[in-house]
Parts: sequence; structure tokens; C-alpha cells
Amino acid sequence: MEAAYKGILTIFLGVGGCLLYYYLSNQFLDKVLYPAKGEKAGQNINRANMIRPWLFILPAMLALGLYLAYPVVATLWYSLTDRNQGGAFIGLANYQQMMNEPKFWEAMRNNMLWLIIVPAASTAFGLLAAQLTDRIKWGSVAKSLIFMPMAISFVGAAVIFKLIYDTRPVDQAQIGVLNAVWLQFEGGIGSWLILRLLPALLMLCGAAISIYAAYGVFSAIREKGGAVLRSIAVIFLAFIGYSFLSLAAGAFTAVHEYGVPQNWLTIPGWNSFLLMVVLIWIQTGFAMVILSAALRGIPEETVEASIVDGANPFQVFFKIKIPQISGTIVVVWTTITLVVLKVFDVVFAMTNGQWETQVLANYMFDKLFRANDWGVGSASAMVIMLLVSPILIWNVYNARKEMK
Amino acid sequence: MANVKLKNVVKNYGSLEVVHGINLDVDHNEFVVFVGPSGCGKSTTLRMIAGLEKISGGEISIGDRVVNELPPRARNISMVFQNYALYPHMTVRENLGFTLRIAKKPQSEIDQAVAEASAILSLDPYLDRRPGELSGGQRQRVAMGRAIVRHPDIFLFDEPLSNLDAKLRAQMRVEIKKLHQKVQTTIIYVTHDQVEAMTLADRIVIMRDGYIEQQGTPLEVFEKPVNTFVATFIGSPPMNLLHGRADNSGKNITLDDGVNVAMPSRLAGKYADKDIIFGFRADNIMPVGHTLPQGDESVEIDMTVTLTEPLGAETLLFGEIGGTQVQAKMLNPRIVKPGEKLTFQIDLEKCHVFDAQSEMVLD
Repeated sequence: MEAAYKGILTIFLGVGGCLLYYYLSNQFLDKVLYPAKGEKAGQNINRANMIRPWLFILPAMLALGLYLAYPVVATLWYSLTDRNQGGAFIGLANYQQMMNEPKFWEAMRNNMLWLIIVPAASTAFGLLAAQLTDRIKWGSVAKSLIFMPMAISFVGAAVIFKLIYDTRPVDQAQIGVLNAVWLQFEGGIGSWLILRLLPALLMLCGAAISIYAAYGVFSAIREKGGAVLRSIAVIFLAFIGYSFLSLAAGAFTAVHEYGVPQNWLTIPGWNSFLLMVVLIWIQTGFAMVILSAALRGIPEETVEASIVDGANPFQVFFKIKIPQISGTIVVVWTTITLVVLKVFDVVFAMTNGQWETQVLANYMFDKLFRANDWGVGSASAMVIMLLVSPILIWNVYNARKEMK
Repeated sequence: MANVKLKNVVKNYGSLEVVHGINLDVDHNEFVVFVGPSGCGKSTTLRMIAGLEKISGGEISIGDRVVNELPPRARNISMVFQNYALYPHMTVRENLGFTLRIAKKPQSEIDQAVAEASAILSLDPYLDRRPGELSGGQRQRVAMGRAIVRHPDIFLFDEPLSNLDAKLRAQMRVEIKKLHQKVQTTIIYVTHDQVEAMTLADRIVIMRDGYIEQQGTPLEVFEKPVNTFVATFIGSPPMNLLHGRADNSGKNITLDDGVNVAMPSRLAGKYADKDIIFGFRADNIMPVGHTLPQGDESVEIDMTVTLTEPLGAETLLFGEIGGTQVQAKMLNPRIVKPGEKLTFQIDLEKCHVFDAQSEMVLD
């Protein structure tokens, strides 16, 4: 009980303190510093009004500075020093050490895959769900069901999916849904189609898309210039395409043990995707809600006009509706991208980065709090920040454009 | 050749019937205007012709084809919407060419059609702009251009001018009329503005509560309204309607406050001892000395002016007869003060008499 009392007391003190701060500081400004009377009344009022906004945002600025700006600077400093040498400045040695670790590159590669697949899949499923639920009677029920995972914490969702992927010894009954399905396969043609061809084809599609995008950017260099940024993009896309290709080869040649329950989360290559499913499951609801609102904002008359113009439902969707909500799609996509770049809980709770599922945030956690290597840990934190910042800026820019 | 035939067309939403069995024949190259107050079913009828609304009963044919089950794109129609409905993410050029592009027409043909439409509507300077960068009138022109590029059998206009200001509306009215003369196509046009209907139409179709009240050329519906609704809806200011009773002989009418007027001679003796509504337009009641050349029949009546609306060439005078407001016109106006009592002349030849019960015209 004592804790509860303390909690309530804290709330009262905190809220009361805030009110007191705003009241007293304004009183001080109006009555003591620049009183609105005497000879300089007009001038004083003007001055007081110039200072007042600062009074209001001061607490927020202090809090942000203390909890946001200072940690960033401190982390940057840690990443350039060595604690074991009493905090001596060692330049980029931490970064060098990090670059030489295969685990870091594994985390980078996984993060890039997450970065492409999760936002793409969430936005696509969200858009599909938004369009379909608008059309049917029980759409609002379906919407609530699809949105519900948003209310579950990442760790909670991870626990739920751990049960789905659960494995018991061979002689026991399987409680995991995925293994229950798996045991239905016996190695015939159906198994070959579903377990080899399908995933391999999906991966090949991914590879084709990223290589096509890379080609598009490459030809843009020839036409429009901008060689530096665009060549980085080409290399990046080619790398992703290569990753997809190796995954396709893996999926096609892997040896399956039919009739034996699988430890899903320990199968390299597959397990990362199984983890991504968790985040897609959660983020689809978010994408659906935002995109559904955007779809409803499209003037019905433009849709009708296109129908009269002769567009079929697919053309209406892809040529009239999607372009009109492209801004919102970008915002949704980048917002999910930000979540994905920082993904930690899901990996931490399900595999803890083992079996080649490491991601940057979990790598950072490992280095900082398990290995107590503050230098490399901070360096990886800086890498995450560097990756997030441009997307964040773009996201804010687009969101502002949307609001206008 | 594309004529449009509506046979007993019905529309209901659940148990609510909003269009009750409409019959209409629109000839090839005719300009037909649906006019009526909001909620009269005119837009619904237009949307049924377009194929945007399902038909609940009856039959619509375009040319000689029954189109009840055809989707809009198979009907070869174009539609101009009230809010322009331009595609905001495309330039004017792309907007114009969209219908041909999705029909997979060759680029050269699209370019030519767009150039043609843009020349007709003088859109050339705006071809590479987005709709957001255009003014209301320009957007409306683009919307019309989009309708003409595909050379449809029928143009459908759904209140296309109601979002424009008065001056632009008058200007666009002229452009639509010119467009009709240039492209020579059947046009069905919906509006709630009777001025638009009068000025544009070859034939006006006046609708109320899902029924067609009257159809005819603008002059027909103006001069020979079939009932009091049409009489008050067409023409501005609306026709004055006074309740009264025809006497035993059927040659005189006693209006509500005891004023006597003669029954127009074409009707004299036909309707004895009957409750009637006596109607005349403001153009046919004018103060003595400020009138048009009068016909053979006229009747004089005294009225106190309560309000004046000077319009320059003429002044509208408001007064009351038997507690009903009456609007009169004064030609070559002089200044009239409210409260002044004037003698007015009513031109009986141009008066209308309606049955008080059914509100239908008596003739």
C-alpha cells in the first residue's frame, strides 16, 4: 500500500509542481519583471509577451536536453574512448573492432532484411486489409481484430509466437501450431511444391525486385547524375538482392526431415523471417488504420469519374486511389521503418540473437550490458542512430507535407 | 446516333422509392436539362443513365441497346461532375488522356485527341499543370475536356456549374452551349437552377419527388405550366398565385379578400362555381403608365407597395393582395416609396387559372 500512496503523492506533487511553476513564473514575469503599468507599460507588455513562450517550453527543453541530447553526446563520446584505459580517447578503434566482428555484419544484414521486408509486408497487408474491410459489412469487426495486435507489447507478441513455433521432443504431442502443420508433410510432391519451390520462388521474387530497383537507380545515374548517393543505393540494393539469392538457393537445396518436429527458431535463414512475422502481425494493424482513413479521404467523385472513363477495379485502385494516398503510404512506410530499425524486444525475447538472427539493437544490448564493452556497444548505438536519422527526417518532412 | 430511352425507370433504396417509373425519350443531338429542387431524383436518374447507380426497375436504352446491366465503361458515355472530379495526381494532359490511356490506345492517337480537346476549350497554356494549380473555371473546362476526348455518344452533366461564382457561371453557360454546337452530341444536364435550364435546354424536364411534372421547350414550360409547381419553379421572380373562386357564371373570379377580376375570356363560362388559383407573372402586372403595350383584355387593381427592388431597367415592386405577397414589375421606373398606393394593370390574356384542389392548370 505504501508504494501506491507514494505513487499518488508523486502524481500530485508532479502535477501541482507543474501548475505552480507555470502560475508563479507568469506572475513573476507580469508583476515583478515587466509590470504592465507605469511609464513603460506598453513596452513592458511587449517584452513580457516575447519572454512568455520561453517560459512555457523551458521545462520541455530541459527534459529533452537531459534525457535526449545529453545521452546522444555521451554515447558519441563513449564510442570514441576506452573505459579500460580510464576513458582515454582512442579515435575510431571501437568502430574498427566492431567492423571486424562477423556478428556485427550478421546483425547489419539481418537489419537490412527486416528493413525491406517488414515495412513492405505490413504496408501491403495493411493496404489490402483497408481496401477490403471498407467493402464488406463486417469490415469494422475485421478491422478491430486486425488492429488488436497493436495493443499487445512486442514481448507479449513474442511469447504468443513462441508458442506457435514451439517444439516438443519427438515422442510427445506437439503444442506448436507450426509443427502440427509441419508433421502433415511426408516428402511427396506437395511437400516439394510448398516447402521448396514456393519459398525459393518468393525469395527469387525479392531478389528480382531489388535487382530491378538497383537497375532503375543505375540507369538514373546515367540520365540524371547524382552519382555518389545513387551508387550507394545501387550497392545497397545489389547487396539485398544477393542476400535474397543466397536464401533462395538455401531454401531450394535444404534437406528436410519429414515427420520430425522442427526447432523452428534454430533454423538459420528461416528463423529471421519467423521473427519478422511477429512484427508484421503487429504493424499491419497500424498501417491498415492509417491507410483506411486515407482511402476514405479520397473524393468519391474521382473514383466515379474513373469508372465512367472506363477503368476496371484494379485500375481504379492502382491508378486513382494509390497515387492519391501515396503521401500517406510513405509516412506509414517510414514510420514502420523506424520501428524496425530499432527492433529489439522481439529478437531478445525469442532467440536473443542466436542462430544467426542477430539485429543491431540486440547486438548493442549484448555489447553494452552483457559483455560490458561500452566502447563497441556505444559505437553500434551510433550506427543505429545514423541509420535512423535520415529516415526520421524524411518521415517528418512527409508527415508535415501530408498535414498541409 | 445515340438517343436515350427511359422506360418506367424506378429506383429504390431498400423500401424507399425515390424515382417512380420515369418515361423519357431523348433524341440524338438533343440538349435535355433535368431541373428540380434538391431531392427530386434528377441526379439519381442521371447516375442511373451513367451506370453509377443500379436500376431497380424498368429499362434504359442508349442507341438501340438496353444498357441496364452494362457497366459505365461499356455505355460510351462521359460525365462531368459537380466537383470537377479531376485526378489531382495527374497533369491536365494526363487527365485528358486517361480514358484513352486505359483503353490502350496508341500514344499518337491520344496526343491528337488531347490536342483537339484542348484546342476546343483553349486549355493549351495549362496542359502541364496539375488541377490544384488551376482556377475553378479552368478546372471545369478540363473536366469538360476529359469528357469530350473519348467522343462519347452522350454527355452527362451533373450540376457542373454550381461550384462557380455567378459571373463565371454565366460565362461557362455560354461555353457549354458553344461546346454543344461544336461537338454535336446528345447532352443530358442536371441542375437545380432554372436560369441554367432555360438558357441551355432544347427541352426541359421538370422533376419533383421522383416524378416528371412537365417536359417541353423552355418557352412551353414558361408559357404553359401544367401545374402550380412548374409555374412557380420556372421563371424569376416566381409566378404570383392567388386563391379565389369562380362565380356562378364562370366569368368572374372573386379573390380571397373580395377583389374581383374577370375570368380570362378563353376560359370564360367554362368553370362555374369552382375554387381556383389565379396565377400571373410579375411581367404581367405593372403599374399604370409603366406597362408594356397591353393586350385587349386587362383588369385594374389597387395595391400598396411594401418593398422595392430597383434593378436599373426595371424595378420589382412587392405588395399584398388578400394577404398573399405579390411581385410586380415597373418599366421605365420612377422612385417609389414603400407605402405608396398604385393602380396596377393585370394582362388577363397571360394569366393562368389552376384547380385549387389538384393544382393542375385549367384550360
